[in-house]
Amino acid sequence: MIHIEIHEQGFEPYTQLTTFQQRDEFIASQCGASALFIGTMRDFNEGDDVQAMRLEHYPAMTQKQLEVITESAVEKHGLNHVLVAHRVGDILPGDPIVLVAVWSAHRNASFDACRWIMEELKHNAPFWKRETLDSGESRWVEKNTAG
Amino acid sequence: MIKVLFFASLREQTGQSNLSVEWQEGMTAAQLWQQTTDSSTLPDNVLVACNQEYCDSETVVNDGDEVAFFPPVTGG
Repeated sequence: MIHIEIHEQGFEPYTQLTTFQQRDEFIASQCGASALFIGTMRDFNEGDDVQAMRLEHYPAMTQKQLEVITESAVEKHGLNHVLVAHRVGDILPGDPIVLVAVWSAHRNASFDACRWIMEELKHNAPFWKRETLDSGESRWVEKNTAG
Repeated sequence: MIKVLFFASLREQTGQSNLSVEWQEGMTAAQLWQQTTDSSTLPDNVLVACNQEYCDSETVVNDGDEVAFFPPVTGG
């Protein structure tokens, strides 16, 4: 099962995980492993203090790209389930931005796929960040951090 | 007609978020960029999508397509 969520308001990753695992299609006994990644907003970037951020996206393409990425991950790593949630709109330091959770029969697939999905998302999913610094200046984030 | 979209810093730089352009046979994404931005060439760091899928600057567009131009993505 693949599930993709775009949140325009704040979301709680652990609540989303619990809700996902309560679905009828989620069969826990078939999964021997799970791995998850949660990305949250930092209050610093490129040596500056950051006060807030706005996440913009290209809605129709975001959905398509995340489907392509998660379907590839299922095929490549033999996953049982994938949950991806991503925030858009105005966010503050400490707020969750992204959740990637995967379930598989064995641990290798979960560890590898979780990282793989996250890197694909960072490089291909059409989201853009505009940050507001403590100084009041606002600027587009031009590149991803190295990881 | 072709629907052309600009996102993030490109929307601000070009001063437009979406517009419709008359389709012409053989038209490429790069030509669309030139026509809609008055720029000579499509910069290397501008990404292009046709119907919500990545494409390259020489992709030939069809009547009714949606073509988007945007900077490198920074989600996650």
